[in-house]
Amino acid sequence: MAASAADFRTRLQDWLPKLVLAPSFAVTLLFVYGFILFTVVLSFTGSKMLPRFDWVGFANYEKLFALPAWHTAIVNIAIFATLYIVICTVVGLMLAIFLDQKIRGEGVLRPIYLYPMALSFIVTGTAWKWFLDPGIGLERIMHQWGWESFSFTWIKDGEMALYTIVIAAVWQTSGFVMAMFLAGLRGIDNEILKAAQIDGASNWQLYRRIVIPLLRPAFLSAFVILSHLAIKSYDLVIALTGGGPGRATEMPATFMYSYTFTRNQMGIGASSAVIMLMTIAAIMVPYLYAELREKKA
Amino acid sequence: MSAVSQDTAVSTGRVTRAFLYLVLLLFALFYLLPLYVMAINSVKPLDEITGGNMMALPSQWTLAPWRSAWSTAQIGVEPTGLRPYFLNSILMVVPAVAISTIIGALNGYVLTKWRFRGDTWVFGLMLFSCFIPFQIVLIPMAVVLGKLGLAGSVPGLVLVHVVYGIGFTTLYFRNYYASFPTELVRAAMIDGAGFFAIFWRILLPVSGPIAVVSVIWQFTNIWNDFLFGVSFGGTSQPMTVALNNLVQSSTGVKEYNVHFAGAILAALPTLFVYIVAGRYFVRGLMAGSVKG
Repeated sequence: MAASAADFRTRLQDWLPKLVLAPSFAVTLLFVYGFILFTVVLSFTGSKMLPRFDWVGFANYEKLFALPAWHTAIVNIAIFATLYIVICTVVGLMLAIFLDQKIRGEGVLRPIYLYPMALSFIVTGTAWKWFLDPGIGLERIMHQWGWESFSFTWIKDGEMALYTIVIAAVWQTSGFVMAMFLAGLRGIDNEILKAAQIDGASNWQLYRRIVIPLLRPAFLSAFVILSHLAIKSYDLVIALTGGGPGRATEMPATFMYSYTFTRNQMGIGASSAVIMLMTIAAIMVPYLYAELREKKA
Repeated sequence: MSAVSQDTAVSTGRVTRAFLYLVLLLFALFYLLPLYVMAINSVKPLDEITGGNMMALPSQWTLAPWRSAWSTAQIGVEPTGLRPYFLNSILMVVPAVAISTIIGALNGYVLTKWRFRGDTWVFGLMLFSCFIPFQIVLIPMAVVLGKLGLAGSVPGLVLVHVVYGIGFTTLYFRNYYASFPTELVRAAMIDGAGFFAIFWRILLPVSGPIAVVSVIWQFTNIWNDFLFGVSFGGTSQPMTVALNNLVQSSTGVKEYNVHFAGAILAALPTLFVYIVAGRYFVRGLMAGSVKG
């Protein structure tokens, strides 16, 4: 009797860790992978306002890629993601390198660069929407300060509105990229730099040949995080331009939402979500795989 | 060349240094500009914005836009101000952050100190869930919340945020606990301590720094979320959705000063957390996640 009770307790102890982890794992399987499967299935059905399960093959994908709105969304995300990632990386790296030169007041500057990261994209969008509005914002300010010919109407201009989203998005995240690079810079052994200096390397050479190559992991993390944020970008577009003027700033995220929930084209909405997932997976899966393998070794 | 310092060994001349400071200051102005614009225009009467200069200080200071944004502004069809939505956000964020952090801590403990065959796969599958575009789960989530009777409610939003938050919290705690000496856990096991006793007495007391990271991360993400709020919020919409409704409203005069006051109200909780605990966030990240 006592023996079997003790036996039960040890067996419970063996199972307890797995029991504790099991609900999270089950929830992940269901709410992430089950849901992904559900959306993939829907993308092959003729669902309109509600899910239904009439198989239509690749019809939704064919319709999707024939739609001008999706074409606009793809072109926009390509331009936006490229500019956003490149500018954030350049600005972040530059600020990190500059801040790393024994700057007085670093403790004041760093939080100023970083605080936008704490804000919601809706707040960021609101601030920039009115600041860039020609009627009350930047253009008018310049006119009142005496620069009568100044013109800045990007946010109202179908050709240029996309670039206002780049400005606001860079404003929000470049400080965060700076922090990642700064952490990387602070981790570099000074002895290497001193040795190179004794060998007569100039500052420029020092950074180009030694420091920047050593920052490779920070570049990789920055790229992964920024591309992930770019593809998901929904709130900022909604708050800043609402996808307009017209449909000029349509993105895959806004396209998916409007086709699924307001235009009642759920099948097409689901297929656009699948394309978004595959794009992100193509970036994330190799990265996560490499990270987890490295840690195992 | 004197003392060893943490900073770079690169030496710079006077002109270069002046240039560095200039660039750094210009960027500081760029980052501060929208905050200045919001703050200064939220305490101005509307005609000073539409008829004056956005960069100028108010000639007549007023708190009326703040009062309006908080309690009387038109949000959607109701003139309730942002107050009820602020409460929705609080009611959503507090349980969601607490639950996801506790679950993350337990998961991290199991995945590092009670390892089993295939645990890296389990973790990998949970980790990937942090990076999916949430568009891929919107439709089934709407169906499931409807079936559970949680559509358009605060508990429904809590559920959504917990489900999609545990990947990150597990990641933080796993990486942090990985550097905790497993020998101490072994020793406690030999002394007869059970699963929860070890967690409670040995790991939890040293979890402060990473708990701060997890709480700040979850708080910021959940408070700032818009997509889930607008999709599943129904009559319990969070602050971000209400702010967007206020700003995008197409009826009546655009009250820019009220919009700015509302935007600051929506930003205050996360800004407050960032100012109070931001330094611990960076420090905690250094202690755990980076060096996994």
